Amino acid sequence: MGGRAHRVSLGDAWSRRVHPDLETERHGQGFDVERLTHLLDGGAQNTVLRRGVESLVQGDPDFSLIHNYFMTPNERYEAAIRRRVLLHRKGQRLGWLEDGLQFHYAYRAISGDVTFGVHGIATKAIQSLGSEEQIAKWVPLCKTYQIILTYAQTEMGHGTYLQGLETEATYDTATQEFVVHSPSMSAIKWWPGDLGRSATHALVMAQLVCSGTRQGIHAFLVPIRCLKEHSLLPGVTAGSIGPTMDLDHADNGFLRLDRVRVPRENMLNRFAQVLPDGTYIRFGTAQSNYLSMVVSRVDVLVNGVLPTLQKACVIAMRYSVIRRQSRLRPSDPEAKILNYQTQQQKLFFPLAMSYAFHFQLASLQEFFRHSYNTILNKDVSLLPELHALTTGAKAMITDFCTHGAELCRRACGGHGYSKLSGLPSLVTQLVASCTYEGENTVLYLQLARFLVKNYQRAQQAVGPTSQKSLPQSVAYLTLPHLAKCPAQGAADFLCPELYTVAWAHMATRLIQDAVHHLQTLVQSGAEQHEAWDQTGAILLQAAKAHCYYLTVKNFKEALEKLDSEPAIQQVLKRLCDLFALHGILTNSGDFLYDGFLSGPQVNMVRTAYLDLLPLIRKDAILLTDAFDFTDLCLNSALGCYDGNVYERLFQWAQMSPSNISQAAAVQNRALWREKNKWEDLHTPAVSYRKRALC
Amino acid sequence: MNPDLRRERAAATFDPELITHLLDGCPEKTRRRREIENMILNDPDFQHEDYNFLTRSERYEVAVRKSASMVKKMREFGIADPDEIMWFKKLHLVNFVEPVGLNYSMFIPTLVNQGTTAQQEKWLHPSKGLQIIGTYAQTEMGHGRSPALLVQSLAASALGLAAGPCSPPSNTRKLEIAESYKATAEQQERFFMPAWNLEIIGTYAQTEMGHGTHLRGLETTATYDPRTQEFIMNSPTVTSIKWWPGGLGKTSNHAVVLAQLITQGKCYGLHAFIVPIREMGTHKPLPGITVGDIGPKFGYEEMDNGYLKMDNYRIPRENMLMKYAQVNPDGTYVKPVSNKLTYGTMVFVRSYLVGEAARSLSKACTIAIRYSAVRRQSEIKPGEPEPQVLDFQTQQYKLFPVLATAYAFQFVGSYMKETYYRINDSIGQGDLSELPELHALTAGLKAFTTWTANTGIEECRLACGGHGYSHCSGIPNIYVTFTPACTFEGENTVMMLQTARLIDIAAKNLQAEVSHRQSREEAWNLTSVDLVRASEAHCHYVVVKLFADKLKIQEKSLQAVLRNLFFLYSLYGISQKAGDFLQGNIVTGSQITQVNQRLLELLTVIRPNAVALVDAFDFKDETLGSVLGRYDGNVYENLFEWAKKSPLNKTEVHESYYKHLKPLQSKL
Repeated sequence: MGGRAHRVSLGDAWSRRVHPDLETERHGQGFDVERLTHLLDGGAQNTVLRRGVESLVQGDPDFSLIHNYFMTPNERYEAAIRRRVLLHRKGQRLGWLEDGLQFHYAYRAISGDVTFGVHGIATKAIQSLGSEEQIAKWVPLCKTYQIILTYAQTEMGHGTYLQGLETEATYDTATQEFVVHSPSMSAIKWWPGDLGRSATHALVMAQLVCSGTRQGIHAFLVPIRCLKEHSLLPGVTAGSIGPTMDLDHADNGFLRLDRVRVPRENMLNRFAQVLPDGTYIRFGTAQSNYLSMVVSRVDVLVNGVLPTLQKACVIAMRYSVIRRQSRLRPSDPEAKILNYQTQQQKLFFPLAMSYAFHFQLASLQEFFRHSYNTILNKDVSLLPELHALTTGAKAMITDFCTHGAELCRRACGGHGYSKLSGLPSLVTQLVASCTYEGENTVLYLQLARFLVKNYQRAQQAVGPTSQKSLPQSVAYLTLPHLAKCPAQGAADFLCPELYTVAWAHMATRLIQDAVHHLQTLVQSGAEQHEAWDQTGAILLQAAKAHCYYLTVKNFKEALEKLDSEPAIQQVLKRLCDLFALHGILTNSGDFLYDGFLSGPQVNMVRTAYLDLLPLIRKDAILLTDAFDFTDLCLNSALGCYDGNVYERLFQWAQMSPSNISQAAAVQNRALWREKNKWEDLHTPAVSYRKRALC
Repeated sequence: MNPDLRRERAAATFDPELITHLLDGCPEKTRRRREIENMILNDPDFQHEDYNFLTRSERYEVAVRKSASMVKKMREFGIADPDEIMWFKKLHLVNFVEPVGLNYSMFIPTLVNQGTTAQQEKWLHPSKGLQIIGTYAQTEMGHGRSPALLVQSLAASALGLAAGPCSPPSNTRKLEIAESYKATAEQQERFFMPAWNLEIIGTYAQTEMGHGTHLRGLETTATYDPRTQEFIMNSPTVTSIKWWPGGLGKTSNHAVVLAQLITQGKCYGLHAFIVPIREMGTHKPLPGITVGDIGPKFGYEEMDNGYLKMDNYRIPRENMLMKYAQVNPDGTYVKPVSNKLTYGTMVFVRSYLVGEAARSLSKACTIAIRYSAVRRQSEIKPGEPEPQVLDFQTQQYKLFPVLATAYAFQFVGSYMKETYYRINDSIGQGDLSELPELHALTAGLKAFTTWTANTGIEECRLACGGHGYSHCSGIPNIYVTFTPACTFEGENTVMMLQTARLIDIAAKNLQAEVSHRQSREEAWNLTSVDLVRASEAHCHYVVVKLFADKLKIQEKSLQAVLRNLFFLYSLYGISQKAGDFLQGNIVTGSQITQVNQRLLELLTVIRPNAVALVDAFDFKDETLGSVLGRYDGNVYENLFEWAKKSPLNKTEVHESYYKHLKPLQSKL
C-alpha cells in the first residue's frame, strides 16, 4: 500500500476531500514526511508491510473500534475476545508468525484492543523463567490457546514490593506437590489481566516454603478453570475486579486460592529448583525473577504507552488547525487555534516527547537485545544496568506520556471531554500505566539506589580507568566538573552538546546532594534505612533528572546518525531543542541553584524556547502525520486524516445508542413516569396548565 | 474500625470537630448541615445505587428520578436557604449530575432575567414548593442570598412587592400588572409555570460545535419575518449545530437558544429565543428540529448533553426574550438597556467553581490519606513489618501539599462567596467601580484553582497505586466530574489571559515585544505564555495571602495545625517555583536549601494530624463513594464484596466462553 491517499475515509461525500485548513498544512513541505515514516518504522520495507496489514484490517468491519465508545464493560470484553479470535484466524490463514511483525502491526492497527495481552506476557515469562522441558511442555499449549494464562503477581494488599507478597507455595514432600494458598484477604491476587473471565491457568508468584524455610518469590503454574466447562476448579475463587477507568479488554481479575495442590514440576525452574526431597537449589541470583518484568516493561512501553501518546498528539494537532477561535487581529477571520502561542506551548512539548521517547526506546531495545541472551545464559552482570534502564524508562515515559496526553485532551477544549474525540480513552489507558508494571515512585527509588551506588563507586575510584568500570548509562558521573554554563546568547542554547552537558551537570549535582544528605543523616546517628526514607524526596528528584538527561542524550545521539537526512535532521533537532529547553525552564530552580545557569541565561533559554514555537508550527501537522496512524486506529472524530471534524462528530453522535429510538423510548418512559409523579404533587398547577395550554 | 485508623485518630493533637466548624462557618451551620444529611440518610426513600455498576442509560434514569424527587423532598424537609440547598443536593444526588439541572440553573433564570417580568405573579402559586424552586434557581444561577438580587429586582421593579417574591399580591394589583405587561405576560403564561412544574423542561443552548468561549463567533441565526411575525431559526452550517447543552439530548422539550438576530436585513448580534423542540405529550422532536444526545463522555455519563439543529424552524415573535432588546411586529429593532448584572453572575459562578475545586480536592485527599494509613507496603527498616505507606517521605511529599492546597482553596472559596455577597450589595447601591478588577481576579482564581485541583486530584489517585484506577476508589469519578471545570465557564488559558491584562509584571515584556513587532495583538499573542505565568504567580500570591488571613484564630491547637499547613503550602510553592524566585534574586540558593529542609520537617510535623485533618472535612461515606476512603478503614473486605457485586461477575462462566473461546480451543 503506497502513499497516504488511502487514509482519506470512505463513504459520505464530505469525507472524500481533505479539509482545506488541513490540506494547506501539508503543502510546502520542508522535509519528506514519507522518509520520516520509514525512519520511525525502522525501514521502508517495514512501512510497506505495516500498511499491507493495516489495509487488511481496515477493510474488515469486524475490526471497527468505533462502537467501543458505546459499549458496557461486559460488551467491550466480549468484543475484544471476538477480535482476538478473528485476528488469530486471519493470521493463520495468511501464514503470519505468532511473534512476527504482521501480528505486531495488526495489534497496532486495532490499538491492541484484544484480550490475551497478559496471556502473551505470561507465556514469555515461562520462556524466561522455565526450564527447557517446561517451555517445551507449556508454550505450545499457550500459543494455540489450548490454555489461557494469566500472570498473577499483584495482590490486593501488595504491589510493586515483591517480597511483601503473601501467597504461599508450601512444598509437601509426602506427595511431591506444592500447596498454593492465599492466607488472608489482602493476599488475594488482584488486578492480573485475562484472569477475570478468561484464564484457565495462572502463573502465580508466591513465597516458596520448603522444608520449613522461606525461599522468596517463585513462579508456579496453577490450573484454575476446568478445561471442559470453564468452571472454577475446587479451591479456586476467581472473578472480575469490577469496573475500572478503562482497559475493559484487559479483563482484570481476582484469584483466591484455598490450599490448591499442584505437582512439583509446576514450579518454573530455570533459576531455582526444589528436589523431590524438598532440597532447594538456586542457579541464578535473587534478581533473576526480575527478568520477566523487564521483558514486559519494554513491551508495554514500545507497543502500548508511546503510540498512545503519539495518537493523542495527532488528534490534538489536527483538531487545532481545524478549530478556529477568536481573532488574532481585529480585521482577520477567526484564527486556527494552533496559531496561538499558548496552544503551541501546550502541544509541542508532547510532540517533542513523542519523538524523544521513540529514540530512547530504540536505544533501550538495542541494549535489551544485547543483554537478554547473556542473562538467559545465567551471566547476570548486565542485569543491574538493564533493570535500572527499564525501571527509569518505565517511570519517566509513563509519567510524561500520561501528562502529555492529558495536555492534548485539555487543549481540545470541550470536545476533548467527549469520548468520541478518542482522547479520554487514550488518557485513561495511559494513567493505568503509571501504576501497573511497577508503581512509578517505587521505580524511581529503585533507580536512585543504582545511581547512588554508582556515584559512590565513581568517587572511590578516581582516575582515568574509573569511567570504564561504570555502566554506560552512568558514565557521565565521572565527567570533569563544569561549574558554569558557557552560553552567551539565546542561540547558544540551541546546541545539543551544550544542553546535554547541562542536564548531565544537573543530574550529577542532584545525585551528589542526595548522597550528601544520606551521609549527613547517617553521621548524625540515623540508621541507613531511616536515612534512605528521609532522603526520599531528593532521591526522587535525582532519579528524574537522570532520566531526563538520558532522554536528551539519546535524542542527541539519534540526531547525529541522521546526517544523510539533513531536512529531517533539522526538524527533529528543533524538537530535541524544545524537549531539552522545556525541561530546563520547568526546572530552572535546579539550574540556577548552584549558579550553573545565571538569571540572564535562563532568560536566554526562554527566548530560545519561544522562538522555536513558530518554527515547529510550520511542520506540526507533518510531524504528526509521520506517525502514520490509520483513522481506524485513531478512532477519533476530531483526529481523522481528512480533518472533517464536525461532520464526523455529528455523524458519530447519531450512532450513539442513546439516539436509537428503542433506547430513547426506555429513557423517556422513565422520564414521563417521574413527571407523572411530579404532577401529582402539583394538582392545582396542573389544572391551570391544562387551561393555559388549550 | 481499622486499628491503624483508630490509632491515627487518637494521636491527633487537635479536635477535628473545631476545624469542621471553621470550614462550615460556625458550629450552628455544622449542626444544621448534619441534620439535613441525616434526614436524607434516614429517609427510606433514599436509595443509594452504586453508579459504577450501571450502564449509561440506567444512570440517566436514576439521575432523572433523583432530580425529580429532589424538589419534593426539599419541600418536605423545609429546606430553602441556598447553603442548605447545596448540602441537600450534594448528598441527595450522591455524585450524580442532574439532567434537569439546566432547567433550573439556566432556563428558568434566563426566563426571569431576560424574559418578561410582570405577570409572573398571576401564576405565582403561593406555595412553599414554588418558593423553593425559585430559591433553588437563584442558587444555581448565582444569586444566592435571599432576598437575592434577581428576585429583588424582579419583585421590586416588576411586581412592586416589598415583601419578597412569594407574598400573594392583591387581585387588583395582579390585574394591573397583567394589563401593563400584556405581551410578556403571554410568555410567562406559556413557559414559566410549566417550567417550574417540569411540564416544560428547558435547557440553555449556547455553545455550538465549532464555537465555544468566543461568543461573537456563534453562527445560529434567527431571522425575523414581519409577514408572519415569526423568527426563522436556522443552523446554517455543521459548525453551528448547538452542541453540549445539558439535558438537551433526551430530557428537554424547550430550549433557550442563543442566536444572531437578523431583522430588516441587518444583524444585531446575539439574542435569546425560546424554542420548543419536542412535542408535548409524545416527546417527539418537532418538524424542522434535529435533536439528540452527543454520545458518551469522559464523565457526566448520566447527563444527556445534546445537539440541536434547526432548519427554517419558525417560532412566534413573542418567543424572543424581550426584557432588554425588542423586535417590534414590523421588524424594527429596539436597542437594549445594558445589563450590568452579568458581571455579578459571572463572579458567582466562578466562586461556585472555586468552591467545587476545594470540595473535590478535599474529597480526593480524604480518600488518599485514609487509604495511605491503612495500606502497608515495602519496608523502611529491614525485618520489621511493612509500614503504612503514609510513613514514607515520598508519599507525604505527594499528599500533604495537596492537603494544604485543599485547605487553602476552602478558604479562597469562602472568600469568593463573601466577595460575591459584598459586590451584590454594591451593585444594589449602584456602585460598579469594583467590578472590572474583581472580574479579572475571579477569572484568574477560577483558572488557578481548577487547574491545581485537577492536578491534585490526579496526584491523589496515583498515590493510591493500582487501586486508584479502579472505580472502587471513587477518585476516577471525582476527576472526570471535576475536570470540565477547566474548560467550562471560560477555558482556563483564556481566563488567565484576562487576569493578565491587569498585571504589570508582564507589561514590560509586552512593551518589548510591541517595539519589535508590528501590532499590539500580535505582541499579545507572542507574550501570552509569559502572561499566563504572570497571572498564575499573581493568583498564587492571592491564595497565600487569603490563607494567611485565616490564621488569626483564637484556639491555640487549631492555630498551630493550620499554621503548619499554611507554611507547607507557601514553602512548597516556593520550592516548586524555585527558578522564578532565584532568577528574580528574591532568594538565594542556600535559602532554597533551607526552604527544602523546612519542607521536609513540616511533613514530619503534619504526619500525626493527617487523618484528623481530612476527617475535619466531614464527608459522609455516601458522598465520598469510595471503598478505599471509608471512615472505618475496612478496605480489603469491602473491596472484595464490591467486586463480587459487579455485573461483570453475574455468571461464573461468561457467555463469551461459549461464543468465542470454546470454538477457538476445540478447533485447534
